[in-house]
Amino acid sequence: MKKNFEFIAALAFLGVVGIAAIAGLPGNILNLLIFMMIIALTAQGWNVLGGYGGLSSFGHAAFFGTGAYTTTILQTSFGINAWVGLVCGVILGAAVGALIGFLSFRAGLKGSYFALITLAFAEVLRILANSWDFTGGAAGMMVSINNGFAYLQFSDRRWFLLILIGFVAGGLLLTRWLERSAFGAYLIALRENDQAAQALGVDIFKIKIQAITLSAAITALAGCLYVQNFLFIDANVAYGSWISIEALFAAIVGGAGTMLGPLIGSVLLLGLGEITKSFSGGIAGVDLVVFGIILILCVAFAPNGIRGFVADLWYRRKSRGKAM
Amino acid sequence: MLKAHNLTKRFSGLLAVDDATIDVAEGPITGLIGPNGAGKTTLFAMIAGFLNPNAGTVTFQNEDITSEKPHLRARRGLARTFQIVQPFAGLDVRDNIAVGAFLHTKDPAEARRLATLTAEKVGLGHELDKLASGLTIAGRKRLELARALATQPKLLLLDEVLAGLNPSEIRDVLPIIRQIREEGVTILMIEHIMQAVMNLCDTVYVLSQGKMIASGEPRLVCTDTAVIEAYLGHGAAARIKAEGAAHA
Amino acid sequence: MYSPTIIFEALMNGLMLGAVYALIALGLTLIYGVLHIVNFAHGALLTVAMYLVWLASDRFGLDPYVAILVVTPMMFAIGYCLQRFIIGPASRGSDNGILLATLGLSIVIQNLLLAGFNSDTRTIATDYAFEIVPLGPLLLSLPRVIGLGVSVVTAVLLWAILNRTDIGKAIRAVAKEKLGASLVGINVAHVYAMTFAIGTACLAIAGGLLMPSFYVSPTTGAAFVLVAFTIVVLGGMGSIPGALIGGLLIGVVEAISSLFLGDSLGQIGIFLIFILVLLVKPTGLFGARA
Repeated sequence: MKKNFEFIAALAFLGVVGIAAIAGLPGNILNLLIFMMIIALTAQGWNVLGGYGGLSSFGHAAFFGTGAYTTTILQTSFGINAWVGLVCGVILGAAVGALIGFLSFRAGLKGSYFALITLAFAEVLRILANSWDFTGGAAGMMVSINNGFAYLQFSDRRWFLLILIGFVAGGLLLTRWLERSAFGAYLIALRENDQAAQALGVDIFKIKIQAITLSAAITALAGCLYVQNFLFIDANVAYGSWISIEALFAAIVGGAGTMLGPLIGSVLLLGLGEITKSFSGGIAGVDLVVFGIILILCVAFAPNGIRGFVADLWYRRKSRGKAM
Repeated sequence: MLKAHNLTKRFSGLLAVDDATIDVAEGPITGLIGPNGAGKTTLFAMIAGFLNPNAGTVTFQNEDITSEKPHLRARRGLARTFQIVQPFAGLDVRDNIAVGAFLHTKDPAEARRLATLTAEKVGLGHELDKLASGLTIAGRKRLELARALATQPKLLLLDEVLAGLNPSEIRDVLPIIRQIREEGVTILMIEHIMQAVMNLCDTVYVLSQGKMIASGEPRLVCTDTAVIEAYLGHGAAARIKAEGAAHA
Repeated sequence: MYSPTIIFEALMNGLMLGAVYALIALGLTLIYGVLHIVNFAHGALLTVAMYLVWLASDRFGLDPYVAILVVTPMMFAIGYCLQRFIIGPASRGSDNGILLATLGLSIVIQNLLLAGFNSDTRTIATDYAFEIVPLGPLLLSLPRVIGLGVSVVTAVLLWAILNRTDIGKAIRAVAKEKLGASLVGINVAHVYAMTFAIGTACLAIAGGLLMPSFYVSPTTGAAFVLVAFTIVVLGGMGSIPGALIGGLLIGVVEAISSLFLGDSLGQIGIFLIFILVLLVKPTGLFGARA
């Protein structure tokens, strides 16, 4: 019962956004919401590995970019259907995840070392994408405009938002499965104490690889959807550290290892971004300063993120009530 | 059931375990005792797969598992608890135990049901929804036990499961251990608390400074000269005998 | 393809640049060796140092090398305060917490710089920036030669501080055994902050050495820091000789791969080394535990 509350709350939130969108929203708000959903999806992906698995990656851009480039190249250079491109992007992104995971976990990397190596992998991919003609080099690549469901592009942006909401809801379902299943229990166990987990029969290497593959797949999906909306990527957009940081920020400040975390985080990230932009009068970087400060404050005072903070308050009020 | 033969472990110059052999028969409770620093936990770690021996073999149910990874040994039915308890702090008691239960079932509802049953077996039935980090040391020891039990082991390695408990808590745990044995689980336990060792163990092995110095029935082992000297120092056995004669 | 002279020159220049890299890495490895944290804010702090040097030159007309004398104590103070009052308290010792706190700090610093200075690149024009020091048939760049010299002096100074002063002794004590050190009365928080401060002071010197030949923009430090991480991992986290040798090695690798692959692709060489070291021998050439 307690566990379902989050799921329903999240669905309700998505429902509200969806209905508001259909009813009619100004164009810039619609764009903001679309971007928010993409970040939420990326954060959901990060959350699987970083939140539930406790393995903080600083290089999720590697998966985001792989998804984005795959679908762009397939559509532009090979004329392949957008949806097929999307599926391929997810698969290739997942494969990159599995590879990075295999190499990193076989070497026993975790903590700071794991964060560093994921950063390095993402940077290597960025430099490569920036240099190869096949990925458009420094100029980047564009997907030609073709409206219609088959092209996953819509002149009426509301459709796209609804599709995104659908995917994020799918992410919620996946998270719900994660929280209940044996796989999820094993993942959380190895996060909490990997020695004890091994003693209970958990094959931690296998579970970690599965987790990073799943995480990468979801993030790659977000990358594909990003391209469908913005129709342009280059190495810095696809593989740049911005997306790695936003994903981890949203998940952590929202509440790592929780279902609502990524959603809360992405709302906060984007909402704050807009507010600070309006105050700072267009000085670049002020919004990120605010994010950085919030991240530090979060680490100091709310290590379980906003969702964790609220849950702790709730717990404390409940037990205080009982004591009386 | 378990044959740990000629196990040796060296840590850059320090010989922690020196050619130690233990045979654990199926059924009876076997104890492993010895003074602090004797190497008992190191021996356990080699049996459970967390340390690679420099020499020797570990055979479980006639299969050589010397270099098998810990999680594979757990799947064979060899479970262990840790001397310093290692709860999954962020999870509640039921979910902690469920991690063990998932070894034999993939169904979450079934795993939680098993977890509840196991919790009741060790006396944690009323604390299922409590966070593991909120348990007392006695509770955590029981949780440790329950988690290992949930994997439905054939051989259970208990590493000082009574350490840190007060006498009444010990008194409460002993019947639980006996009950586990009744249900067909073989137990190998490291223990310092002699009352428990005498009470529970059918066979006892004594490890001192890495070497196995005695083995057999608890009462006999405890009067063995070498064992007394291991705990109390050289010449202690003779002194005790002399004092005994003087008092008579 | 290239004449041996050119290759040798690239090698020498790489070696000298490597010395400055080593200085950056020294700070990082010292911080890791004592505090056991990977300081993700190191790059941003280097950028701060470089901007301070640029400001000293642009607003006060100071020569960059002279500016080092002014900027170093400033960076020392900044580093001390950051560790003592922000990173230390915020992270409360948890590994993940420190990781994220320093990441957050790097984001804040980098973007404060962006907001303050915008993304234009800033350079310092000096008379001697392009002067050449001839060494036999080789033509070496003067700033690089100075860089090598100053780096070596700094490394020796650092060694002296760590081995001949009381604070150095305290630092080594805390690095070896934190609890024991605090039990004998050493103020661990203070030592941590001092170590961090020394690390950032090294950045001040490195920043001053780099400014004559490079430019600074808000993201400059980030580029250098990944190189620094590679060096530290290669040399071994916490090993000072490792940072020095690693720095020289990486300087050479970068020079050679830039020569043959071009600037942007040349960077890849460094990352690939980084990844390889992490996968094969995370403890590096001289390091202890991973």
